[in-house]
Amino acid sequence: MKVALFVTCVNDLVFPGTGRAVVQVLERLGHTVEFPVDQGCCGQMHANSGYREEALPLVANFVKTFDGYDAVVGPSGSCVAMVRDWYPKLLPDAAEVAARTYELSELLVDVLGVTDVGATFPHRVTYHPTCHGLRMLRLGDRPRRLLAAVGGLELLDLPGAEECCGFGGTFAVKNAGVSGAMLADKCQAIAGTGAEYVAAVDNSCLAHIGGGLSRAGGPARPIHYAEILAATS
Amino acid sequence: MSGGHIVARRPFPVAARAELGDAQLRANLRKATHTIRDKRLRVVGEVPDWEALRQAGAAIKDDVLARLPELLEQFEAAATAAGATVHWARDAAEACAVVTGLVRDTGAAEVVKVKSMATQEIGLNEALEAAGIAAVETDLAELIVQLAGDTPSHILVPAIHYNRAQIREIFSRNGLSARTDDPPALAEAARRHLRAKFLSARVGISGANFAVAESGTLVVVESEGNGRMCLTLPETLISVVGIEKILPTFRDLEVFLQLLPRSSTGERMNPYTSLWTGVTPGDGPQTLHIVLVDNGRTETLADSVGRQALRCIRCSACLNVCPVYERVGGHAYGSVYPGPIGAILSPQMSGEGANRTLPYASTLCGACYDACPVRINIPEVLVHLRQTGPHPPAERAAMRALSWAMRDRRRYTAALRAARRGAAPIRLVAGRRGAVRHLPWPLSKWTSTRDAPLPAKQTFREWWAHERA
Repeated sequence: MKVALFVTCVNDLVFPGTGRAVVQVLERLGHTVEFPVDQGCCGQMHANSGYREEALPLVANFVKTFDGYDAVVGPSGSCVAMVRDWYPKLLPDAAEVAARTYELSELLVDVLGVTDVGATFPHRVTYHPTCHGLRMLRLGDRPRRLLAAVGGLELLDLPGAEECCGFGGTFAVKNAGVSGAMLADKCQAIAGTGAEYVAAVDNSCLAHIGGGLSRAGGPARPIHYAEILAATS
Repeated sequence: MSGGHIVARRPFPVAARAELGDAQLRANLRKATHTIRDKRLRVVGEVPDWEALRQAGAAIKDDVLARLPELLEQFEAAATAAGATVHWARDAAEACAVVTGLVRDTGAAEVVKVKSMATQEIGLNEALEAAGIAAVETDLAELIVQLAGDTPSHILVPAIHYNRAQIREIFSRNGLSARTDDPPALAEAARRHLRAKFLSARVGISGANFAVAESGTLVVVESEGNGRMCLTLPETLISVVGIEKILPTFRDLEVFLQLLPRSSTGERMNPYTSLWTGVTPGDGPQTLHIVLVDNGRTETLADSVGRQALRCIRCSACLNVCPVYERVGGHAYGSVYPGPIGAILSPQMSGEGANRTLPYASTLCGACYDACPVRINIPEVLVHLRQTGPHPPAERAAMRALSWAMRDRRRYTAALRAARRGAAPIRLVAGRRGAVRHLPWPLSKWTSTRDAPLPAKQTFREWWAHERA
């Protein structure tokens, strides 16, 4: 299957390891990954912050760039939700490519029919279901099933898992106080699990959570779940 | 025009900061919202056709909104035929003037009130007080708030920000003595205080949860029975009703009387549901006035995306699941409509004051949309309202620059490279995890509460070009 990687701008610049992990997992499963280099930002931040006009050229660029692929995969619940849920409302031409754009766990579990991707990660991990993955994409337990199948991994339940971490894009800076209060509760819940890692499908939320964890000085570290699925030792 | 208590005086982030500092408030809110949240989930889970009920609720309300003028006239005709007098008020001031005039005509110096959002919205108690008329709130929580000289902080549980010990304290300051701070003892103290008010009141004032167009019937849904007292004992009843409360037929109540109690108090059915149609000779109030209030609803109706906010049945399920509301409480929203629904309702009903900061008071986490019994897509409306700003000039410039850079491969690649190179000197001073503790403004808004990550040493596209292309 010819899969195009939609790496997302945040991953491209700050978390390239997540993009490399998606490539490794899919290639290990025997698929060909392409990286259309014309891709940029999906426009989520613009659209969600009230800049629809500024988002539209980015939407158009995405549609042009990813036209013609069997499947587009993005390691981000919120960017994929932007494409799938919002693109058709913003640009009628986007409906077709939007329908073929998947978050990684959807591609693996629903399209490719895999839950055991042959990974090994001998660590204690807790999983935070990020809001857009949970309530827009309805990823359900797909990421957890993928993680549960990883060799050596101990998956720990996160109390209040479905509560937002407080990131919310520009909310994190426009309402930094409230965002920080939500983050403190999330970090406390993570610390209480005794996990070495907190995994999620979104590096933007993880950057916020990780920033809170490192500020608090606890042992848990953020990790994108694709990097766990890519790990073999 | 619109007005009343729906206009935030302070920007949300400023108001929130004050509330965030109150540890007791945070603890009270967390306990209360989580309790109601869990109860709601339990009773909603029992209903096999809950999703179908939500769809029906949304569809009925959308139908009402699509033919509101016709249904309002139908309601007026039916209510009038049944002996009520119907008044129309464009805004809060007009509504207050109508009600104040009606109470004056009775000569009463005191009125008893059923818990009502519409009268809170228009600021009726203050208007009555200015006219020398005492308005007595008879809902237990509203009474607590009134005795405390405070304002409600929740649609359904107005005193949610107080715990039992605080409530006993408020009672005692006002001459209501409760033996302990056990809920039955507190309720008994309130009961003794209110019983005298019910028996002497000549005028009752209510809102309505629903107004049935075909029959002219009003409906109040409540838990305590105080509403039933106000609706039946006085000679005169004045009901203040938002124009969106209309339901076309009596049968439509079937849907909403299932949706509302489960979504609001987390009960299968509320203890008291009162329905009245005009005046019944020899039974209950012999004079009934109904004041239909617009106060910004028509303007809200004109917005094709935003109008879904008018489906709201004031259940407050969205408040109870909102992570922002849970941290700051209702006062931070500066309106009688707090929480997610307030963040879309208040700025649409009135663009005054700091209301335009309210659509940004959300992470767009979507918990409110899932909980809403009439399927108001609150995140969609929040994003829609953000289109009109406020957009600070520096933010607008940054958004435009990013959009310009990110839509073109060469500009985008160059921007990523510049960001990566720019981060190199910062990396030298970063902590053990490569995390940055302090950044200059505007990035200091990020590092005020959490460390910042740095761009990687090699972007993904640089890796791809190097390894794969």
